[in-house]
Amino acid sequence: MKMLINVPETVVADALRGLAAAHPELTVDVENRVIVRRDAPVAGQVGLVSGGGSGHEPLHGGFVGPGMLSAACPGEVFTSPVPDQMLRAAAAVDSGAGVLFIVKNYTGDVLNFDMAAEMAEDEGIQVAKVLVNDDVAVTDSLYTAGRRGTGATLFVEKIAGAAAAEGMPLERVEAIARQVNEGSRSFGIALSACSTPAKGSPTFDLPPGELELGIGIHGEPGRERRAMMTSGEIAEAAVEAVVEDLQPRNPVLVLVNGMGATPLLELYGFNAEVHRVLAQRGVPVARVLVGNYVTSLDMAGASLTLCQVDDELLRLYDAPVKTPGLRWGV
Amino acid sequence: MLDADFFRRWMTATAASVDREAERLTALDSPIGDADHGSNLQRGFTAVVAVLEKEAPGTPGAVLTLAGRQLISTVGGASGPLYGTLLRRTGKALGDAGEVGAEQLTEALRTGVDAVMTLGGAAPGDATMIDALVPAVDALGDSFAAARTAAEEGAVATTPLQARKGRASYVGERSIGHQDPGATSAALLIAALAEAAGE
Repeated sequence: MKMLINVPETVVADALRGLAAAHPELTVDVENRVIVRRDAPVAGQVGLVSGGGSGHEPLHGGFVGPGMLSAACPGEVFTSPVPDQMLRAAAAVDSGAGVLFIVKNYTGDVLNFDMAAEMAEDEGIQVAKVLVNDDVAVTDSLYTAGRRGTGATLFVEKIAGAAAAEGMPLERVEAIARQVNEGSRSFGIALSACSTPAKGSPTFDLPPGELELGIGIHGEPGRERRAMMTSGEIAEAAVEAVVEDLQPRNPVLVLVNGMGATPLLELYGFNAEVHRVLAQRGVPVARVLVGNYVTSLDMAGASLTLCQVDDELLRLYDAPVKTPGLRWGV
Repeated sequence: MLDADFFRRWMTATAASVDREAERLTALDSPIGDADHGSNLQRGFTAVVAVLEKEAPGTPGAVLTLAGRQLISTVGGASGPLYGTLLRRTGKALGDAGEVGAEQLTEALRTGVDAVMTLGGAAPGDATMIDALVPAVDALGDSFAAARTAAEEGAVATTPLQARKGRASYVGERSIGHQDPGATSAALLIAALAEAAGE
């Protein structure tokens, strides 16, 4: 597997140096692996901190900036960051209004953020946590670690970020983040496995004529393998899985997310099929985002996330945002 | 009696063994996880050996507490907090005695394993590191060698199980037939303990 890297050991640090060079509006601490908006802490505003394994770019570092995250902690590839990073981030963004940790539901992320929250509270920083767990492919939490956090993370970070930017108190920002998560569901499809730099070859074997349904974002296989399907058939499977679980009564935000190696030509085509199926089911669409936002290295495939919104959530979603990976209204 | 030097040898032997077996751990992690268990633990135990050389704590408890804190600060993922908690809690349970007996170590390790079960929410049979650690602690009363054998058998016994915790749980029934990487690395930790004891 050919990769545009120096050596696997420095992949994350090299990427952070590049991010810093491209975005002087961010403070990038390469050694301690913390990305902070340069004007943090912002007086009177709740700080938003997220993080997780690297390899999902632009998540999370690419979502740091006014209107979204205050700081992000990138871990090793597909490995959660350590509590020291989160503590540093919390200290850097806390203006006295408290900090919200946005945590994707993976054992490693949950444990490290829990430890960081305890340490931050010891230092007098008020911390709240919201868990993102939108993946409908994980069915029964009795037999798993619970639903994974995937595409909905973007909506939680965007909408909670707007709430924080308006100066809402920590409890309110936390409640809004929870509401976004509870109203969101996702489903992912892989057409190829991804290759981690450390391993240098695909993480699982997927023959050319087959696809994986119900994947996460860590190169792990999905729940089911099938013969290759058309974009329309995949859209039907994805929309059905998400809508059956969500039962939306309000308009939805739609995220058609690429996993890293699927061209926009295919993603837009898939989006057309998603819209056809949503229309058939009578689900009104409020806003649409198509692109690579929550990726899985070089995996080919896509995920669909729907987020049910009311007027307030939609207003917050539309609010200005200025980050490397998401930018509008400014 | 076991002194601080014994516990340093245990950590050094673990680091060497994780180095040797890193590729195997990562290969076990590939079909059911995300193919990084070996490299993550390698990074952590290399840092443990480095900090123990630098700070050279004088008691068994302090060696393990420092090692655990170092794992939490360098590994990330689930293995960092879980292995870190195992060593930290075991170290704390040993207190500040300059030397400890095998019986004390067994009880302290049991406290550490209980803390891991609480933190990770895993029970025996969930196909996790617990499946190697619990039988190892039970056998430690007999000998270090017996603990090593029990841990290795416990790791092998995860193969037919469906994983219920951690990344492997997401592939559901497809985790059946794969030896758990966490149980495998836990068996390495216990084997290194036997090695440090010369058994």
